Amino acid sequence: MENLKAKTFEIRQDILDTIVNCKAGHIGGDFSVTDILTTLYFKQMNVDPANPKMMGRDRLILSKGHSVEALYAVLANRGFFPKADLKTVSAYGSKYIGHPTNKVNGIEMNSGSLGHGLSVGVGMALAGQMDNASYRVYVVIGDGELAEGSVWEGAMAASHYKLDNLCAVVDRNKLQISGCTEDVMGHENLDERWSSFGWNVIHAEGNDTDALNAAFEIAKTTNGQPTVVIADTIKGFGVSFMENAAAWHHKVPNAEEYQLATAELALKRSAAQ
Amino acid sequence: MNTIHNRQVINDVLVEQAKLDKDIVVLCSDSRGSASLAEYAKVHPKQFVETGIAEQNIVSIAAGLAACGKKSYVASPACFLSTRSMEQAKVDVAYSNTNVKLIGISGGVSYGALGMTHHSTNDIATMGSVPNMRVYFPSDRHQTRQLMLALLADQKPAYIRVGRNPVEDVYTEGDCPFVMDQATVVHGGNDLTIIASGEMVYPAQQAALALEKEGISCRVLDMFCVKPLDTAAVLKAARETQAVIVIEEHVAIGGLGATISQLLAAQPQPTRVVSLCLPDEPAIAGKSAEVFAYYGLTSDNLVQTAKNLLA
Repeated sequence: MENLKAKTFEIRQDILDTIVNCKAGHIGGDFSVTDILTTLYFKQMNVDPANPKMMGRDRLILSKGHSVEALYAVLANRGFFPKADLKTVSAYGSKYIGHPTNKVNGIEMNSGSLGHGLSVGVGMALAGQMDNASYRVYVVIGDGELAEGSVWEGAMAASHYKLDNLCAVVDRNKLQISGCTEDVMGHENLDERWSSFGWNVIHAEGNDTDALNAAFEIAKTTNGQPTVVIADTIKGFGVSFMENAAAWHHKVPNAEEYQLATAELALKRSAAQ
Repeated sequence: MNTIHNRQVINDVLVEQAKLDKDIVVLCSDSRGSASLAEYAKVHPKQFVETGIAEQNIVSIAAGLAACGKKSYVASPACFLSTRSMEQAKVDVAYSNTNVKLIGISGGVSYGALGMTHHSTNDIATMGSVPNMRVYFPSDRHQTRQLMLALLADQKPAYIRVGRNPVEDVYTEGDCPFVMDQATVVHGGNDLTIIASGEMVYPAQQAALALEKEGISCRVLDMFCVKPLDTAAVLKAARETQAVIVIEEHVAIGGLGATISQLLAAQPQPTRVVSLCLPDEPAIAGKSAEVFAYYGLTSDNLVQTAKNLLA
């Protein structure tokens, strides 16, 4: 198997193809979260694509559900469903709709409205705690999403119940649809916010699969409290003209941009091999 | 007068069933006292989750538990559960199709004196309009027990509203006919029909008895299954009786009366429907009985309305 870093660029190409094909999607956030999802599904999570409902499997909730194209591409590459299915994303009558749905193999919960995932993850982790099960629960949250008050209700409950089987990941790309997160609604002292809620806080380079993997390993050995990995990412990572540009939150590339992006992703993929 | 309120019955059923089924989990939002679930929390601490005053959180957590095989029962005041947590109920429960039962306690105008913040007089409209969410308003303690046992046996989302205070028995121990999702005929009759749910079933039953003495034969349907509505029973009543009165502890818009009117208006043969309900304004302060009396949600008003309709 090619290395994980190279894989992330192959997955980005699938995301790009999907978005261009269905003429919709959130490419900026998809590209910032790609390495997080790839690391989790390819390195960390105990899942079986042939048996997606396997007892004791690890669970993931994509709370920032608008990055669904990234999740679909990762799941397809992991073998949960054929890559050809990506051509039907957002198509008339398709089950591959524009936000995560549990009708798709490998997806646990429906999402799309921000601020729900962490609390749902708390419930899943509590069930694991009650059953003495060893599975872990991952919840991927956007940084703009942190303005939803319900996130902090979930954060409070997770530490109250000492859910060390729960790991939140904040895709900290510092951009949201209207601009910089810090201008829209600031997250000053983000580490302290989480630690004051009783969480173990780990920072990681969010577009580096090795750094992410190391962070998730630390999270696994943390006892008595939940862990949040604050993944410092770049929105649009992998395609230089999309990087750090709020305009690429959900823009669909034109033919020329598609060619440029494809060429750059291919170069980066071969450089990583 | 019966002194056992429906909340107590819910506690009793859950205490007894959780001994047999370790997947039952009850969740409260600092509401174990008001939900009469303190006993449950004591007897089954490992099958109980306290979330504090966080009605959005409690519903999502319940959904997460259910997604991992638990049978979640959330008990929280109906006023908060049916509106503040509505999006969580929509997305994490109904849309994700998780086995979560939302028990709205002290529903309707049970908290009569506490103002509109504490009234849930639009919960059929809110919860009932969510696709894949069922809505149940049991009438008395006997039916509440039967309903709980039926809900424990299924895997689908539901919202259940019960009032705060004990209500008079409509049924008796050992004589509580119950078929899930089918209205119970509380009183037979062929002149007109009263359709009621929850706390309105008892006054409807009383009205039928009073009308009987005056030679009017009134059918009473206990429509505990507000959604899915027992349309067959409604259509049968429309065919076999001259008019329908709906009485509900709910506002007009999106309520039982509106749903039944919509159904009957679409039939080839028109049926007269009169709806007794709460007005489009904050309800007055008072005990439930006083509030009901003020707005005409009484057996006396039902009798008068029936007579006017048949005159």
